[in-house]
Amino acid sequence: MIDHQLIDTYAREISEEKQTSVITGSSASTEKRKAVLFADYEDPDSLRKLAAKIKDHTLHHLDLYLEKAEESLIRNGVKVHFADTEDDARRSVLSILRKHDVQRLTKSKSMASEEIHLNAFLIENGIEVLESDLGEFILQLDGDEPSHIVRPIIHKNRREIARTFQRAGIAADYNDDPEVITRRARVHLREKYMQAQAVITGGNFVSAESGRVVLATNEGNSRFGLAPTKLHIALIGIEKLVPRDRDLGVFLNLLGRSATGQQLTVYTEFISGPKDEGQPSGPEEMHVVFMNNGRTDVLASNCREILRCIRCSACQNVCPVYRQASGHAYRSPYGGPIGAVLSPLLFGDRFPALADLPKASSLCGACNEVCPVDIPIPDLLLRLRDKAKRDHIPQPGDLPMAPFATLATSPALWRTAMTMSKAMNHLPIEVAPVRPLQDWLGQRTLPEWRGGDFRKWLQNRRKA
Amino acid sequence: MSRDSIFSKLRASLESVGEKTLLPDFDDSALVSKVRTTGTPREAFERNLTAAHGRVMDEPGDLIDFLKIEGLALGYCDPSLMETIGNTLVSAGLELRTTFERANYEDYRFGITRATGGIAETGSLILDDTVTSDRMAALSPWVHIAVLSESDIHRTLPDAVSNLGPSRNIIWVTGPSKTADVEGILIEGVHGPGEQIAFIVA
Repeated sequence: MIDHQLIDTYAREISEEKQTSVITGSSASTEKRKAVLFADYEDPDSLRKLAAKIKDHTLHHLDLYLEKAEESLIRNGVKVHFADTEDDARRSVLSILRKHDVQRLTKSKSMASEEIHLNAFLIENGIEVLESDLGEFILQLDGDEPSHIVRPIIHKNRREIARTFQRAGIAADYNDDPEVITRRARVHLREKYMQAQAVITGGNFVSAESGRVVLATNEGNSRFGLAPTKLHIALIGIEKLVPRDRDLGVFLNLLGRSATGQQLTVYTEFISGPKDEGQPSGPEEMHVVFMNNGRTDVLASNCREILRCIRCSACQNVCPVYRQASGHAYRSPYGGPIGAVLSPLLFGDRFPALADLPKASSLCGACNEVCPVDIPIPDLLLRLRDKAKRDHIPQPGDLPMAPFATLATSPALWRTAMTMSKAMNHLPIEVAPVRPLQDWLGQRTLPEWRGGDFRKWLQNRRKA
Repeated sequence: MSRDSIFSKLRASLESVGEKTLLPDFDDSALVSKVRTTGTPREAFERNLTAAHGRVMDEPGDLIDFLKIEGLALGYCDPSLMETIGNTLVSAGLELRTTFERANYEDYRFGITRATGGIAETGSLILDDTVTSDRMAALSPWVHIAVLSESDIHRTLPDAVSNLGPSRNIIWVTGPSKTADVEGILIEGVHGPGEQIAFIVA
């Protein structure tokens, strides 16, 4: 019998310091999001309903749009690759790098690459990979994992970061002033950009009509990764498409506001091919790797709405469970409500191992309320709970039912058991040498056993 | 091989979709924030760029004062902008180079390049590969000065989207480079410029 869900263990064991960082960070983002959306629009709800429809239309015709995007990109001089599995994606990227004899590269934040653990794979294959987003850079130094989509180090405070910099030799002394930390990273990273032979990015959106790949960052790290290098590889999930350029306007308006409360991210780059001939800086060759990695399975499922997601993190920020447990509790690159739906689906073979995630929700509905593409996350969580039941995945609270059935079908036996069990009130069961029982009682106090009292009460009542 | 397998899986998955959603049409005005676009495009541009911690200037004297106060003596200037602004800066004692040498990238404390236009609604500058003389010069120095004509400011974001044009690389820059990764505290000048200036010419 499972006595608790794995996500509960994380929530229980998280340090107070870390939990404070997560709660403060995520609630601040929630407030900023709301303030900017309602200041700028009379009816922000209609905007997200429109975005949802555009995404649904694209997903329902994804075969056509993917073909169209491929055509547009090829027309612009981009080399297009397809990767069905995680392994295909990693090999595809590696073979492009090998062909260009790349030994060192920088990477701007990409959830797709987190999904397939691209860094570890490339490093194993002898390539120096440097994450250039400040948060991701710090995680790489620490050998840690992101715990938030937009603010990957939401779980860290300045003291930890200052110690990391000192340990890694980025700084000679300890200084935890966020401005000093940022300046030190600036100096270190720009040297790396200048030496890099390639840059790997993700892609926030791809317009099928024009083949424009849109990259949104606040730091400018993808722009700096691109400018001094010759080779650009964009690893993009196949669900990132939108039909037309004008649809980009809808999503760009929603992305910055939902993610960080900004009307627009600082750097919004539209890349549809290698640099212009007359331009001295920028990649001469561009590759796009379209990755499936389970997305077609999600499309076939009854949870396909989750593929509308634009990775803004608004649902993480607002979620009471995420705030308590932090992103690592979700054991995948996607934490919070989006992760509770996407991770068990996307990592299909891992469904049993992640089946606790859809249960870690009170179904309060806040995630749906803030979602810029109106994903009905609570409904999807229920569908996944149902799937877990139908797949007979053991769940906390599942009891061996056979002894109960025997008792419940024999009134005499039931009566005896009810009365006899009163003995439990006098036995020291918390020291019984049964490990699961001890664990269970470690967190709970049993009420006094009052078996059989109801029957007695009912009989006496009749007499009276 | 992956290509065929993705497309066949896609087609198979899509068979289970009952009613397929139609592509919705919409009016661009539905995307526009009224409060952000009040006033002339120039006024809105200045208001929104300032809110994003950028600066708007149109007097060479103001730019010279700013660079001198910040102690930034050496910069890059797009050769085609020497006449418009560069020569005025040189006569005020600032040193300008018209090539961006990679090896000495830290020497350049400011960079002056052309912007294709601006977006009033967001306070963004539009940089286009075919017009930016060197991407590095607009990115690496602490101060970036983008020169644009007032008539090239689009009123709204959807206007700017529909005028993206054929260039293979366009970037909208809305204020200085930013991060809030460390405890949510806003720090500017992470990788790119710590100061973003729009210099408007007639």
